[in-house]
Amino acid sequence: MLILSRDTWQEIFGSIQKNKARTIITVIGVLWGIFIYIVLSGAAKGLDNGFEERFENIAMNSMFAWAQTTSVPYAGFKTGRPIQLKLGDVRTLVSRVPEIEFIAPRIVKGAFGGESGGVIYGQRTGYYSIYGDFPVLSKIAAQKIYIGGRFVNEGDIKEHRKVCVIGERTRKELFAKDTDPIGEFIRIDNVFFKVIGVKKFEDGGGFGDDGDITIPFSTYRKLYNTGDDVGWLAIAAYDDADVMKVEQDVKKVLKKIHQISPEDDRAIGSFNLGEIFTKISGFAKGLTFLSLVVGIATILAGVIGIGNILLISVKERTKELGVRRALGATPSEVRGQIILESVFLTMIAGVFGIILGSFALKGISIASEGADIPYTNPTVPIPFVLGALFTMVILGTLIGLIPAQRAVSIKPIDALREE
Amino acid sequence: MIEIKDLHKSYKIGKNLLHVLKGININIEEGELVAIMGSSGSGKSTLLNILGMLDVADKGSYMLDNFPIKDLDETKAAKYRNKFLGFIFQSFNLINYKTALENVALPLYYQKVGRAERTEKAMQYLAKVGLEDWSSHLPSELSGGQKQRIAIARALAAQPKVLLADEPTGALDSTTSYEVMQLIQDINDEGKTILVVTHEDDIAQMCKRIVLLKDGVIIDDKKVNQVRASDHV
Ligand SMILES: Nc1ncnc2c1ncn2[C@@H]1O[C@H](COP(=O)(O)OP(=O)(O)O)[C@@H](O)[C@H]1O
Ligand SMILES: [Mg+2]
Repeated sequence: MLILSRDTWQEIFGSIQKNKARTIITVIGVLWGIFIYIVLSGAAKGLDNGFEERFENIAMNSMFAWAQTTSVPYAGFKTGRPIQLKLGDVRTLVSRVPEIEFIAPRIVKGAFGGESGGVIYGQRTGYYSIYGDFPVLSKIAAQKIYIGGRFVNEGDIKEHRKVCVIGERTRKELFAKDTDPIGEFIRIDNVFFKVIGVKKFEDGGGFGDDGDITIPFSTYRKLYNTGDDVGWLAIAAYDDADVMKVEQDVKKVLKKIHQISPEDDRAIGSFNLGEIFTKISGFAKGLTFLSLVVGIATILAGVIGIGNILLISVKERTKELGVRRALGATPSEVRGQIILESVFLTMIAGVFGIILGSFALKGISIASEGADIPYTNPTVPIPFVLGALFTMVILGTLIGLIPAQRAVSIKPIDALREE
Repeated sequence: MIEIKDLHKSYKIGKNLLHVLKGININIEEGELVAIMGSSGSGKSTLLNILGMLDVADKGSYMLDNFPIKDLDETKAAKYRNKFLGFIFQSFNLINYKTALENVALPLYYQKVGRAERTEKAMQYLAKVGLEDWSSHLPSELSGGQKQRIAIARALAAQPKVLLADEPTGALDSTTSYEVMQLIQDINDEGKTILVVTHEDDIAQMCKRIVLLKDGVIIDDKKVNQVRASDHV
């Protein structure tokens, strides 16, 4: 009832307006705190979203494994023996490592330094990395194909079809703008392939680019005569599996298959996104936490500032408060008014801080647009904002209690004494 | 209206006890206009403050309109002050960031009177002290005499039983003092009980009764032939 009354608010406005400079300085302290909180936590959220967006096409619990050369002599073999992964490894891995949900053997020409595939369409030519893939790859790393096209499917594998999925850049470089590449034939290393899809390039796979061409794995091995060779394995573990452990198990099994010493750390290379992602999201979480700590500390400092200034103001207004009490203000009315002043100032500061913080976030957003920074949609969740405001009301009330108590601890007779 | 019996008050100053009021007995009827006189430090303000429930006596009884005033906590005292008493101070004590109208309306605000009624009543009392044209002015834009009139309007606004004025003309020149006394006389003529603390004889002569304090007791208490302030203006 006290809070809702227009008269109460008029009293508060009156005494706040009385000293504008004081009010503004006070408000700035808290405003700064909430501003920092909003900007930092919004930026942290933006980074978090940005990273998530970069990795959204890839299963977070996925990993890659490839073979290199041995670094430890073992089972009668000398050190420095090159290891070649084989298609048969896949079945062994699936049976030995039950956490594997999907496994896609992959192979590529180009990409890692080798010679790229020469590609010709009409008068245009280009050199691109040629990937041999299975359709299951799309379960591990989403393959976004432009409408009208498709990715490699089981039929393509079974029938060794000469079909290909091309990258955005390949499409741009080989085809005229108004030509629909789907159904067209391009020559890859002098063999005709029918284009079945254009892949939208998404950064985040770690390697690969917008010029990549994908053909069925089975077609690839025939075309390049690679037999059972596998370039590397892309593996997705079940959601509840620990990718780190899966990574270790996969390496262990591969070492066994290829007669590599268990102590050999170099022969099998691997890389797991779960770990990387945990690090990155840990960074974003750290930033969020930091913003919380810094924000709360500054808000706290600001609120204490409000308390301090109200304390000074209560001293300045001793006489006025004495008059009010002589006229019939009860101690609880005086107390309530000062607490409300405190809460009101805190809230004003909070609201302005949130507004300015949002503008700053918007500014950062615009500035970072186009730049290659993982920064997307930097918002502060509404519950956080409400939580901050609620905290400020509480803090405002608590801090207001001190000057409020001071105000009523002076007896009206002492407050009114003529000096 | 006011019945005081054997009122004592002392202040502690360091280790010493300063006995300011040493057994005051006084009866004031409704409609009286009483001057409380005495030299500086004789306890006039102390007595008025006790009557105004801003201070409490150490000993003695106090009846206001046949209502015993005792065992006051701050909340109760605030409510009684608001309901029964109007204060007029030497230094006016207007709230400097409030307009004349808002100042007059303040006691009504604490009486929880609604806004419209409050404004209407406050305007009425501003008119009564002849300052209805100054309602939207801040105290800083008013002369001393005008400020005291506003303060009187404010004291009247809550329709108290008794007006307590501590040296109401103490800060004013004599012409302005007489104007203020004229207003006080007019209000008294309408039946309001008023106590005026003063150490100026001419002001005291404008009241109907003079009570003289000395060394904490009443040494003289007499009815006088009221000098009308209007005769001086
Ligand atoms: N709160 C107080 N503490 C100590 N002494 C006080 C206090 N209030 C008044 N006195 C003393 O009591 C005496 C009477 O004061 P007061 O009633 O203000 O006198 P008057 O109004 O007649 O000038 C003075 O000596 C004054 O110093
Ligand atoms: Mg005095």
